[in-house]
Amino acid sequence: MMDTGLILHTGAFGLIVIGIAGIVLSSHLIRIIFGIALLEAGANLLLLLATWHEGTSAPIIVDGHIPAVMADPVPQALVLTAIVIGVGILALALSLALRIQQAWGTLDIREIRQRMEEEIADTAGVDLPSSPHAPKPFPPVAAKQEGRS
Amino acid sequence: MEWLALVIVIVTLTSAVAVLLLKDFLAALAAFSVVSLGMSVLFVIVRAPDVAMTEAAIGAGLSSLLFALALRRLGLWRSKD
Repeated sequence: MMDTGLILHTGAFGLIVIGIAGIVLSSHLIRIIFGIALLEAGANLLLLLATWHEGTSAPIIVDGHIPAVMADPVPQALVLTAIVIGVGILALALSLALRIQQAWGTLDIREIRQRMEEEIADTAGVDLPSSPHAPKPFPPVAAKQEGRS
Repeated sequence: MEWLALVIVIVTLTSAVAVLLLKDFLAALAAFSVVSLGMSVLFVIVRAPDVAMTEAAIGAGLSSLLFALALRRLGLWRSKD
């Protein structure tokens, strides 16, 4: 029989892994922001699980006496702050995505990277950097993504 | 208590995978909201009721609202198919 702590830790680590996979593997900017939000939820749960064990009670003082075995309230206050900060991060990321869509008309990160490199090279007045170790450009992206977004 | 934790963890992880795999962004947003609500139930299980309230109100409510407004302005509200 599994115990509750193992199940909850599995959930927290699973959320973290899924969030990192979303950040690394997806090519759409909104999908990456979803991955950031999932990663943040998993990290919050892991932080709360650090001081929790089976049989603790909620950190609420009833009638002036402190419960004998209670969960540590310090990480809970920390996580409370982290949730609110997470909404701020989300709003910032979404507004950056809106701005990118306005400026370049795309949300595909490969195309965004190409546009950024072009603009940086253009501003610096040099050609696009081409070293023998540079990653290959992605040929079909520019034509394919134009109609969708 | 442990069967409740097991069910909620399974639902949360499945929805988290669905967030990344669904083509329709509105469906992904609904799955993300399910993840947030499951997280708030898990916070109750680890004896943090205040965090659970905040997660349900802010994680599931406010951030979903932010996502929905951004999706509508980006033109991804309706999938083209």
